[in-house]
Amino acid sequence: MSLKRKDLLSLAPLSVDEIGLMLETADSFKEVTGREIKKVPALRGRTVVNLFFEPSTRTRTSFELAAKRLSADVINFSPSSSSIVKGETLLDTARNIEAMQADIIVLRHPSPGAAETLARGVKSSVINAGDGWHEHPTQGLLDLYTIRERGLSFEGLRVAIVGDVAHSRVARSNIHALVKLGAEVRLVGPPTMMPFGVEKLGVRVYYNFDEALRGVQVIMMLRLQLERQGKALFPTIREYARLYGLTSERVRMADPGAIVMHPGPINRGVEIAPEVADSLSSVILDQVANGVAVRMGILYLLSGAN
Amino acid sequence: MLSGERQAERLVMDAGDIARALTRVAHEILERNKGVKDLALVGIRTGGVHLAHRLVKRIQDIEGVQIPIGELDITLYRDDLALRKEQPVLRKTSMPFDMTDKIVVLVDDVLFTGRTIRAAMDGLIDLGRPAEIQLAVLVDRGHRQLPIKANYIGKNLPTSRDENVQVLLEELGEDDRVVILNA
Repeated sequence: MSLKRKDLLSLAPLSVDEIGLMLETADSFKEVTGREIKKVPALRGRTVVNLFFEPSTRTRTSFELAAKRLSADVINFSPSSSSIVKGETLLDTARNIEAMQADIIVLRHPSPGAAETLARGVKSSVINAGDGWHEHPTQGLLDLYTIRERGLSFEGLRVAIVGDVAHSRVARSNIHALVKLGAEVRLVGPPTMMPFGVEKLGVRVYYNFDEALRGVQVIMMLRLQLERQGKALFPTIREYARLYGLTSERVRMADPGAIVMHPGPINRGVEIAPEVADSLSSVILDQVANGVAVRMGILYLLSGAN
Repeated sequence: MLSGERQAERLVMDAGDIARALTRVAHEILERNKGVKDLALVGIRTGGVHLAHRLVKRIQDIEGVQIPIGELDITLYRDDLALRKEQPVLRKTSMPFDMTDKIVVLVDDVLFTGRTIRAAMDGLIDLGRPAEIQLAVLVDRGHRQLPIKANYIGKNLPTSRDENVQVLLEELGEDDRVVILNA
């Protein structure tokens, strides 16, 4: 099969086959990233624009590296250095970029739905690199890839997603994909961080971390967004760490051989204890490495002639 | 392709013809390179990989040595990626040996325009620096669009440009044969 989409905006509407194709394609690129010469000519002459309206090092660098390893030309565009501060709208900015013959626009934006709005307005392919609380599809895919790489299959897989689910686009992308692939998804966190009615997505909500960990094969920690602490979602960071922080003691409550994931950047000693982040069960750095291969795959699949 | 109504096919090589051609090609490879020293085979996905495995086995039968074998997917090196609406599915490349200073024999099923071989040579050179690259094909059907020539040919098959030559192999769930399908 081949991918018949112009854009990658979210994982929610994708079929199991489409997700499978994306993971298989990433697997071929994983081999490329392991070579001495990590570059292939597949996107020669194409232009990829990283349009980032929010600070990001990891995701932007990952996309930039992925595009460069495919031999595309890459431009980084961020608000501080552009006309956005002068009041230009998103669509006008994008049309200007498109007029410079960009083939693929990678968008990070604080507003949910920004990527979809952009995709409707331009002919270029659009990849959502995170839109507000909505989705972060390439992060979801690289998480799936990392799980699969560890030899785990999705059907019946028990996954705990822990932390500020309500404000997490990473959680949303993972929930949609994991449920679709047949995994049993448990959401863990304080009630103030659980989206209302989230059970409708086919997940179970736990407020007690220890209870949720029983038999879990994947522990996916979310970053506690300390910059949102002003919104008083919990009394103190210390209390949060005690109730929802992942310690080695808690890792032992999960399935033996359970893996620990985190989309980064991690707050050591808050949602994850340093010894857990650095332990053998942690696949956090594998996630980062796999991110490049997964993004190469998405850029490749979306690079068909428009 | 063969599902539904079966297309009319004209048989050009049967299982015996293919076996004899491969045995001859194996001998020619050994003769030209004076044995198995520094020799390695690389099959081009998908048909070429199966033929390369068969050649490695024949060389082992003759010389008693198993030579290294690699598998090459040339998709990322195709010259038509920018023209296609949907991108082709990638397969895996696997090169479990160091190609430096090796004599690498590329193996493919059908040699036609030569574009696949151009892509394969670019792909190989990104993976290492072989001492020499040679080319073995089961069928050479002519109509080259690039200055490329095979060193070892199972069968020269005159065709018209719009005919479809297919190498069907047991490894692909077919009886071994080479056919021309009428368009």
